[in-house]
Amino acid sequence: MRSGRGDRIFAGGVTGLALIVPLTLAGITLLMVEAAWPSITTYGLGFLTSSTWDPVKEIFGAGAYLYGTLVTTAIAVVLAAPVAVGAAIFLVEYAPKRVAGTLSFLIEVLAYIPSIVYGLWGLFVLVPLFRENVEPFLQSTLGRLPVIGGLFDGPVGGRDLLVGGVILAIMILPLLVAVSREVIAAVPIAQREGMLGIGATKWEMVRGAVLPYARTGIVGAVVLGVARAFGETMAVTLVVGNSSTSITSSLFVPGYTMASAIANQFVEASGRLYFSAIVEIAVLLLIVALVVNTIARLLIRRVAGTPQGFAI
Amino acid sequence: MLGEEKNMKFRLAASALAVATLIAACGGASTPSPSGSANPCFPVKGQCPEEAQLLTASGATFPAVIYTKWVDEYYKATGVQVNYQAIGSGGGIKAISEKTVDFAGSDAPMTDQQLTDAKSAVLHIPTVMGAVVPTFNVPGVTKLSLTPETLSGIYLGAIKTWNDPKLVADNPGVSFPSTNITVVFRSDGSGTTFAFTDYLSKVSPDFKSKVGAGTAVNFPTGVGGKGNDGVAGTVKSTPNSIGYVELIYAMQQKLGTASLRNASGKVVEPTLAAVSNAAVGVTYPDDLRVSITNSANPAAWPISTFTFLLTYRDVSDHAKALAMARYFWWGTHDGQNFAKDLGYAPLPADVLTKAEAKIHSITSGGTPVLPTK
Amino acid sequence: MSTLALAAPAWRVRRRRRVADTVMAVLLTAATAIAVGLLLLILGYVIVKGLPALNLAFFTERPKPFGVDGGGVGPAIVGTLIVSAVAGLIAIPIGIAAAIFVTELRPGRWGTVVRFAAELIAGLPSIAVGVFVWSFLVRGLIGHYSAIAGAIALAVIMIPIVARTTEEVLRLVPGSLREAALALGAPRWRVVFRVVLPTARAGVATAAVLALARAAGETAPLLLTALGNLFFSTDLLRPIAALPLQIYQYAASPYDDWHTKAWGASLILVAVIAVVSFALRAFAPRGAR
Repeated sequence: MRSGRGDRIFAGGVTGLALIVPLTLAGITLLMVEAAWPSITTYGLGFLTSSTWDPVKEIFGAGAYLYGTLVTTAIAVVLAAPVAVGAAIFLVEYAPKRVAGTLSFLIEVLAYIPSIVYGLWGLFVLVPLFRENVEPFLQSTLGRLPVIGGLFDGPVGGRDLLVGGVILAIMILPLLVAVSREVIAAVPIAQREGMLGIGATKWEMVRGAVLPYARTGIVGAVVLGVARAFGETMAVTLVVGNSSTSITSSLFVPGYTMASAIANQFVEASGRLYFSAIVEIAVLLLIVALVVNTIARLLIRRVAGTPQGFAI
Repeated sequence: MLGEEKNMKFRLAASALAVATLIAACGGASTPSPSGSANPCFPVKGQCPEEAQLLTASGATFPAVIYTKWVDEYYKATGVQVNYQAIGSGGGIKAISEKTVDFAGSDAPMTDQQLTDAKSAVLHIPTVMGAVVPTFNVPGVTKLSLTPETLSGIYLGAIKTWNDPKLVADNPGVSFPSTNITVVFRSDGSGTTFAFTDYLSKVSPDFKSKVGAGTAVNFPTGVGGKGNDGVAGTVKSTPNSIGYVELIYAMQQKLGTASLRNASGKVVEPTLAAVSNAAVGVTYPDDLRVSITNSANPAAWPISTFTFLLTYRDVSDHAKALAMARYFWWGTHDGQNFAKDLGYAPLPADVLTKAEAKIHSITSGGTPVLPTK
Repeated sequence: MSTLALAAPAWRVRRRRRVADTVMAVLLTAATAIAVGLLLLILGYVIVKGLPALNLAFFTERPKPFGVDGGGVGPAIVGTLIVSAVAGLIAIPIGIAAAIFVTELRPGRWGTVVRFAAELIAGLPSIAVGVFVWSFLVRGLIGHYSAIAGAIALAVIMIPIVARTTEEVLRLVPGSLREAALALGAPRWRVVFRVVLPTARAGVATAAVLALARAAGETAPLLLTALGNLFFSTDLLRPIAALPLQIYQYAASPYDDWHTKAWGASLILVAVIAVVSFALRAFAPRGAR
């Protein structure tokens, strides 16, 4: 290999710039763990399980925030995954090529609408709709059923875990569609032709040949959606209610997610422990993001090589 | 934009004049300028060539309405851009402690601990008075009368429905629905929450032990809204809700405001006069950190509060120190004229005298920045 | 299927299979319709609610105090342009360098480290990036809120997007092209700058613009770094306004007039992003997306 002066400058420059990337990650991790250290040492694992968040008495437990994050994310995945996988199958297997291109593009645009615009829409369109119509309807129908009725208990307010979950579902939809589409498209044509060749209908072909092959990748897509939902901030903050008061069975209670807790409380967390506890939530988000993203990418890569969904 | 160009010219002129006027200003501290060659910077009238043209501040949302008005008027009068971002009193206290802003706004005075933790000495300058009012949105109910017991009961979650016997007893002739009460509170740290919880802690031992007073507290029930505006917005859009906001926000939104029984047992409507009364007969500590909630005055609105600008006792950058002192002076004098229209009570005369002394005590490198009268 | 075929007469099985096929086709179409419908619904709202706010003053004036009519989001438009541009200046060279490093220079272990780091940063919640930049710059190095802190926060978010998209594009450049140039005796840096990058130019540009569009809409990190500004400002060391911040403030307010302005500002933001996306789709070569 040649190593002239130009090459050395080039290699040095590129390497220097490129190394900023891992250094930034290291910097983020170190700085945040350091800032969170007082809280980590004071509360230990109890930080995750206690749901008392009391800045006056300086007792901090992120349990309620963790709960809110898990519930809203679960709602988002339950609502978005079937729609996304359905749309992905349609785009790859059913739609004519040109139509599929246009539709996929439109769904991609959904991914580039800023979070704050979703929040605005959620606040002025979804919240009133859910308070006036959807939630009373759910309460008078599903709310009457045993066991799951508890999910729809209590006063309806519109700003609650349910609406937080719904807005998240819409926001992770494009990511799920894009990644699922890619994994499904990566299923070898031979698989499909084999099925069709023995006289299978289109759906039988999808069910028998495509889905089993793409299953791992689709799970990966969902995990990536989970990661996105975990960290989503502004839109959820506007609609989720921002109350850390209680963990109850109902989806109609106002809640808090980890990310929205940071957004709401970070600037004014003036006490040392208070500030440290807020940063510890950010550290938790960081850890979750690292773990979940790694899993998702491994799953997707097994099916489709490098995923395109990274940018979203 | 035109104003900015003007500022540029002034800044150029300033560089020539700077040395001379600096001496004049500092010297003015001991020897007042003779009439005729008046100090262009004090009293505050128009532009002052040697002051900083840009100031950054953040803090309380409670006085945001009047502060943004001041910012606009002050810019017209002096060309100085004061960028006040309403992020909450807690945020203001944190910003001044960390020295990430030039000055801050807060409704809650800083605690002793916060003052010790701050990177440098901080002064409290009261600017206007305001009231925190319970605001409600109950279809069919136009008048609501509360007592310390019912208000604390609602915020403790002990009173859950609008037709609770206690509420019914206090409001003869009002037909309440049997619906649940949606309690709304501030989700971000705020002086409004401080005034509100400070009051409830004074009147309810139960509230004091379970929740306590602070800029951000752990309410046992309810929905959070961000900022005065967020709470007002939530109450407005949520039937059967109750919240607490600054008087002006309730007025702007034509929300129902409740009357409240004060410390003397009188039922009082939230009016500016009642707010001013809360400051009558109060003894003020030297540092002006004072809570006037639950005032003993029979005509006082019980949840009244001062709002403060927080500033450093000494600002090393003289141009900034001068700009800040001038702005504070203007706000506590000319700025008071805007108070009533915007729903705030102006400073009482005795407090204004103390505020003036505070502004005069701001120094730069140990030298007072404003000439004494 | 084979068990079905044995259990029932052939014609019935065929009908059941055909019905199932049709039902599924309808369901899948419906799923697509929901996804696309949501987009049209949200865009429709933004356009219908935002249009009444738009007039010349809305683009050029600064926000008015509470209760005063008129005023605009001029400083926020200027701020978003400045902060995004500076973020781009920081992030695009780093992102492209990272991609070159990974594909051309050190495809081995070091390349994996850089790529993995980029992927993890891409997975970080944007609020966490804001917290980082606040501790590092606002409280630390710079000591106050500033446009540059906002730009750096956005740059951190952009870098992985640029890096990963560029990497994909560089991988599409045929290896034979590189080998041919090297065989002719061209030094490596010349090969990269004269052969690889020009071949992938359109794709690299796409990567940069996509990242910019994404950064322009970020709110959470700016909240903790750029703070916002009531006045026009172009000074990188001072707080600066931004459209997403302005939307957030207006949205959380109780004033109908400000809600309209929030929709108006959203319309401007979404329009810019949509135009960029469409332009990319029209001009980008296949494979770059």
